[in-house]
Amino acid sequence: MQAPTLLISKELPSLNYTYAPDRFDETWEAPLSTLLGLGRAAGADLIEFFLERVNYISCMAEDDAITSISPRLSTGAGVRVFRGKADCYVSTNDLSFNGLKAALEKGLSIMGLQLPSANAFIPEIHLELLRDYATKKSKEAWLGNCSSMREMGDVLLSANGQLAQQATHVQSRRAVYFRDWQEVLVASSDGTFARDIRLTQSVGYSLLCADGENRSSINKRVGSTSDPNFLRTWKYSTDAREVAESAAKMLYAEYVESGSYPIVMANEFGGVIFHEACGHLLETTQIERKTTPFAEKKGEKIAHENLTAWDEGITSDAFGTIDMDDEGMPAQRTLLIENGILKNFISDRAGSMRTGHPRTGSGRRQGFTFAAASRMRNTYIAPGTFSIDELFNSIEKGIYCKKMGGGSVGPTGQFNFAVDEAYLIENGKITKPLKGATLIGEATEIMDKISMCSNDLGLAAGFCGSVSGSVYVTVGQPHIKVDSITVGGR
Amino acid sequence: MSNITEIASYAQSTAQKLGIKKFDIYGSTVDETSVQVDQGEPQQMKASNRSGVTVRVWNGDHLVGVTSTTDVDPIGLELALKTAQEASAFGVKDNVPDFSPEATATIAPTHGGASDRIPQADVSKLLETLVDAEKQLLAAHPAIAGVPYNGLAQRAIDRFYLNSDGAMRHEAHSYASLYLYTKTEEEGRKPRSAGAFRVGTGLEKLDIDGCLKEAAEKTISHLNYEKVKTGKYRVVFSPEAFLSLLGAFSNLYNAQSILDKQSLSTPDSLNCAIASPLLSVCDDALHPDNVGAETFDGEGTPTRRVPLITNGILTSFLHSAGTAKRMNTEPTGNASMGAKVTVSPNFFHVFPGEAATEDYSLDTADNVILIDDLSALHAGVQALQGSFSLPFDGWLIKDGKRISIESATVAGDIREVLNSIIYVEKELEFTGSGVAPRVWVNELSVTGE
Repeated sequence: MQAPTLLISKELPSLNYTYAPDRFDETWEAPLSTLLGLGRAAGADLIEFFLERVNYISCMAEDDAITSISPRLSTGAGVRVFRGKADCYVSTNDLSFNGLKAALEKGLSIMGLQLPSANAFIPEIHLELLRDYATKKSKEAWLGNCSSMREMGDVLLSANGQLAQQATHVQSRRAVYFRDWQEVLVASSDGTFARDIRLTQSVGYSLLCADGENRSSINKRVGSTSDPNFLRTWKYSTDAREVAESAAKMLYAEYVESGSYPIVMANEFGGVIFHEACGHLLETTQIERKTTPFAEKKGEKIAHENLTAWDEGITSDAFGTIDMDDEGMPAQRTLLIENGILKNFISDRAGSMRTGHPRTGSGRRQGFTFAAASRMRNTYIAPGTFSIDELFNSIEKGIYCKKMGGGSVGPTGQFNFAVDEAYLIENGKITKPLKGATLIGEATEIMDKISMCSNDLGLAAGFCGSVSGSVYVTVGQPHIKVDSITVGGR
Repeated sequence: MSNITEIASYAQSTAQKLGIKKFDIYGSTVDETSVQVDQGEPQQMKASNRSGVTVRVWNGDHLVGVTSTTDVDPIGLELALKTAQEASAFGVKDNVPDFSPEATATIAPTHGGASDRIPQADVSKLLETLVDAEKQLLAAHPAIAGVPYNGLAQRAIDRFYLNSDGAMRHEAHSYASLYLYTKTEEEGRKPRSAGAFRVGTGLEKLDIDGCLKEAAEKTISHLNYEKVKTGKYRVVFSPEAFLSLLGAFSNLYNAQSILDKQSLSTPDSLNCAIASPLLSVCDDALHPDNVGAETFDGEGTPTRRVPLITNGILTSFLHSAGTAKRMNTEPTGNASMGAKVTVSPNFFHVFPGEAATEDYSLDTADNVILIDDLSALHAGVQALQGSFSLPFDGWLIKDGKRISIESATVAGDIREVLNSIIYVEKELEFTGSGVAPRVWVNELSVTGE
């Protein structure tokens, strides 16, 4: 039996790879294997290619007209070169063999490496059989089954009409939809070879009401990651009613009086408190930067004993659900905190390499121009044993934060987030609407103050911006009580 | 990326093949490298070469469709034109966008910021520079334990606009930027953080020493911190903080927002007082300090200096070609091409308006809060309501001395802020998004303890 002949570097120009131009499939194995081998021959410890194709469209209705239909088509690739504990990332629009080779060469040169000499052997990289989640889970037809441009317009106009009927003192009303179809292929020199198709959609309202000097603006958005019929089945009447009611209540709301209060935070998007105050600080990216107070706390108590929290990518159709992460690893369910004890961190490949915490299928990125980083997926506080009434009845004077806005966390663990819809709690009862509240605190202090969790876990779609761009996530929680928190107001 | 002549040629021939008579294209290509370091070692290095174009197509019924793509070869452009043509069937029927009447107007020579490209430095040079900067910052004070957020980047940009009426604009520029954000560790003290940012036309033009000095001085000034009592305070906004607020509430002078009723202003607000007469603001893309100034916008309209607030009076809005036509005025060079053309400021220039009757100085101030940096504007600004409630970094000034504030928020209404300005200092400072002096506001709510 004759041993297979290794490729020699000088033979590269004569290679004539043919691979599918409009689909990432098995035909990409040969060129990518060669390029991965080339990178290894140059001295890199590990090479990873990420290929991406995007077909995105957004549509907006303003009052009674469609004012924007905006398609975007994009293809590109990124190559990541690891050497020791350092890495570099090069991205390009050029998916030809020579384009990818040029990106690799650039990455190698940044790492102080060169393509091998003309007579150098190029090691074979044996990729696994293509792990094709798109085919396995019948995702190929998703794009074709989504709503057409005409359908998008029709649904949004009907929805916006419904909002006009439900709301009062309307200054402007918008219904906005987007569909983000993404095909990705990951190949790396450790043998990873995986493909997926993702279909992320979101639709929602933005309502501005005004009466003299009084104004209120309320947004609501829902999302899906696996249903081509999502827009067709949007229950916009229910959402229109909810948005209209919230806007009406907040129109004449008083500004919140600043101070320190006990609060009850609603379920679903209320989970942004955990996302900002703790979730980001459990990403290995933060350990690498030394910007998390929890770096050395694994196995220790970092939160109230009534608090358990998860980060996972597997809940059906949730906004942060992924079959594999952007490094080709299947998604997992990761227990972050159990009864107050820190159990795990959220880790990507580089984070695992630099911190020692095992990968959790959390290497995510906005697109091919970003290197993957440890990012949250569906992150939520688990349901507890208290009833909602018990939470409210434990408060003499406090604030009910019903609808949260966005937030952020800084390098010292200080977090903040805005409250879009709030109410005063007096003697366990909701009394009047309040506006203008911002909650601020320190992660290490607040986690021990989440003392009561009810049993009504709810999830909500969100967007998270960080080092690897904006990714789709779920935040969630049951109603929770925070014993005290600083509320910025007037 | 294909060059602009090739793109124009592809577009022309493909449009002809598809029966498209009227179209325009805005595009750009970006060549970028950046580095981050950690304790003297490279942490991550990035390089990117990417391009993208947006095409607009008018169909036989004069309705417009738009598509963006990163594929600028003939096949990609054809697909984009086809998709835009399909989208045009659902284009707006009222106020249909058109070419800018100024898309072929002569562009005046500028100060040299535009069309200036400085050769890109090697990645090794970027690394060497950043490692050295990190080292110097770590040595500036024993409490500085790390520089967790740092980055040195350089970017070369080519951008162009062309249309089927023969307009063709192209320019190239480059810039480099540096940010350094520290974190401190002291026994028994909370970690503190501060930083600085600089931008220049290239690595050699970057004020690295200034960035280091500012980051170190700010960090040291925050080591001794105290809680501030909740209450009403006289507040001084740093140039960066004031420009952040102006940017967050730019719907005040954004004609598209006003026409969409997504603004605190109405068409009738023009020539009305919206601020203290002590304040004047221009949007000035061509300001000499604007690194990487762009001489035309996404519709090919030349950029210019636009007086927005003159001695407290709202004197102009920012316009696209479409909003200018609807409001019977000239476009201002603030448009970005898209399915819906958007309008945004280019570069703020804030300066004193009418002469103040009284001068103020931080050297003699007492019980005044100096806000250095506002955080979380994406969350704490209710742009359509005019209100804000924002965490900030800053100092309480007591008898002219600065005491760092541990953790606090400032809240108010932008209209009240503008109207309660009591002093606009004379000394201007350049930030990434504009030039401005410190601005004194009579009273705002601050929440501390």
